[in-house]
Amino acid sequence: MIADFDYQFFIEVLVGGLLSGVMYSLVAIGFVLIYKTSGVLNFAQGAMLLFAALTFVSLVERGIPFALALVITFAIMVTMGVAIERTVLRPLTNKPPITLFMATLGLSYIIEGAAQLIWGTQVHGLDLGIEDVPLEIGGVLISQFDIFAAVVAAGMVLLLSLFFRYTRIGLSFRAVADDQFAALAVGLRLPLIWGTVWAAAGLVALVAGLLWGARLGVQFSLSLVVLKALPVLVLGGFDSILGAIVGGLLIGASEKLAEVYIGDYFGGGIESWFAYVVALVFLLIRPSGLFGQKLVERV
Amino acid sequence: MTFLSTIKAAALSAAMIVSVALPAAHADEQYFPLQSYRVGPYAAGGTGFFGGFIDYLNLINIRDGGVNGVKLTWDECETQYEVERGVECYERQKSHAGAAAWNPLSVGIAYAMIDRITADKVPLITVNHGRTDSTDGRVFPYVFPLLLNPYSETSGIVNYIASKEGGIDKLKGKKIVVLYHGSPYGKETIPIYELLAQKYGFTVQQIEVPHPGNEQQSQWLTIRRAKPDFVVLRGWGVMNPVALKTAVKVGYPVDHIVGNVWSNSEEDVIPAGDAAKGYTAITTQASGNSYPVVQEIVKTVYGAGKGNLEDKSRIGSVYHNLGIVNGILNVEAIRVAQEKFGHRTLTGDEVRWGFEHLKLDPAKVEALGAKDLFHSINVSWDNHEGEGYVTFQQWDGKKWNVVSDWIAPDWALLRPIIEKSAEAYAKEKGIKLRTADDANAVTTN
Repeated sequence: MIADFDYQFFIEVLVGGLLSGVMYSLVAIGFVLIYKTSGVLNFAQGAMLLFAALTFVSLVERGIPFALALVITFAIMVTMGVAIERTVLRPLTNKPPITLFMATLGLSYIIEGAAQLIWGTQVHGLDLGIEDVPLEIGGVLISQFDIFAAVVAAGMVLLLSLFFRYTRIGLSFRAVADDQFAALAVGLRLPLIWGTVWAAAGLVALVAGLLWGARLGVQFSLSLVVLKALPVLVLGGFDSILGAIVGGLLIGASEKLAEVYIGDYFGGGIESWFAYVVALVFLLIRPSGLFGQKLVERV
Repeated sequence: MTFLSTIKAAALSAAMIVSVALPAAHADEQYFPLQSYRVGPYAAGGTGFFGGFIDYLNLINIRDGGVNGVKLTWDECETQYEVERGVECYERQKSHAGAAAWNPLSVGIAYAMIDRITADKVPLITVNHGRTDSTDGRVFPYVFPLLLNPYSETSGIVNYIASKEGGIDKLKGKKIVVLYHGSPYGKETIPIYELLAQKYGFTVQQIEVPHPGNEQQSQWLTIRRAKPDFVVLRGWGVMNPVALKTAVKVGYPVDHIVGNVWSNSEEDVIPAGDAAKGYTAITTQASGNSYPVVQEIVKTVYGAGKGNLEDKSRIGSVYHNLGIVNGILNVEAIRVAQEKFGHRTLTGDEVRWGFEHLKLDPAKVEALGAKDLFHSINVSWDNHEGEGYVTFQQWDGKKWNVVSDWIAPDWALLRPIIEKSAEAYAKEKGIKLRTADDANAVTTN
């Protein structure tokens, strides 16, 4: 039986799963940035992603050059991020986490509605100029686009890491992530840091929106990709960028392998819920996720 | 303006608004309650379909002064394609007098309304979709899956693949993969593909894609390994462009993918970009704006500034043309009923009778300006689908092109299965099977 096993196909499924996982990580990183500094699970991340992709593609379709459209969209996303922080989250400071979560849930509907109001309901194709014919490496077909997406994701993680390690605001961010009250006590300006983080989440939404938009087309259901990020966050931890990457890889690979090798035993179509099974198992073993901070409370 | 006159003006305005909003129908009006969806994830399809439907109703009003002098009226209630909102809309709109028929273009909303509209005696039109066994008018007197039900669609697709292979006998030994949406809609045709595979000697492998379908890597790797001769895409929404893109990603030829009726629109292929070139899909109505009826809509309705589509480039798109064809079927059913019951506002049951006698042969279709837009329809009291023909269109990167003749599904093969399912439903619900005489008994007030 082992001799009959198609190893080449197994590797193909595994590599495809890992590369899909990178795409999930891209979305998850946006969640992590906000959660780490403010403890808010920003459910509006998917809507921000949709808004970014829709804005970009609508600008390009109106004849604005690619690079300029990218800059304008980035500016819009940063403005949106800062505006959300100022108008929605700052007034809710010190409110229970569930209140903040509900606020972002409401926000996601507002952003989705605004996106359709401004840019219309039509679907759009998004061509980033990456030809998506498969590459054959050692008899295994690998998507060129997925490799490109993985490189972009790696670049973005590197950029964020450098930003948080070597810039003044980045260091402040880490201080706030460790202990908000201590950060306040030493004079760090929390509103500025939160504003910056929301702007960074806007950038992540733009990058993820463009890559997912090129993959799925730019349409309303783009905001549903958040559902792919949730098990990644549970598994990797809500406050770890590294966790988002590792979680994405594990979820991507396990759901694809499960679909192909055991899907038939369950009637097929199991990958969407199987990801949550994996996440749940990890949750039972490590409630804070693989790389999440363990919460220690004095009682 | 004095305070008193301001109050008077406000009261007058309020009275005018109330008079417009009150659910009253004049004797010479026939009303369509439209449970449309213009926002939300499926807005692109909704704006196209309801845009086409309203454009046709407007054409009849502007060009002909209504149907034999009876003005067509409508109002829209936003459902966002959500069942609970659809039912809310039904409750809000049902009190309006003179309702001709419901046209929700949503399987979920349609299912939720079956018992209600049956009690109200107002037809429910599910053009190209809905539950297959509602074709059987003995059990579902008020439901009309006009032109195409899922089983006929399956048969039409298999017949098309057979024609590509050189005949139905050439299907023997071939392999077809059906990639279906993980929902009751997606699963509905599983037994029919199995049945047809058995009958014609091909093998079929059916693979589910979980909702919403934005990840299909594992399914397409499985397909590539299976090496099928054709893949049937029974998708919905984002699942369709992702299927086409992933097919290219794993090296499967897109011109061997055949889409079903909910995988056949511009909205399904445009997001896929170049990956969609060569993809073929079934349809009951051809796309394009060269048909006389579409041209008349452009001239008369859009010329008068009353066109419903904001983006005129969508005139003649798949959903817009489906809306126009749906408009033709609704209007002609009213016309048929008016010939029997008089040129006046009809009751829902009278319109039901009209639908059950709706027979548009190719000559009549041509007279309506719809030659080649759709083929024909032949509805009867017990066959509510009406033997619609199908054709196939191929996407060239910019537009759909018709690549087949009109193809007839194998209705004789499917009818006993439909009857069996409908009878089981009737038994479960305690419904007495209707006869031709029952169908001729009409509530006229």
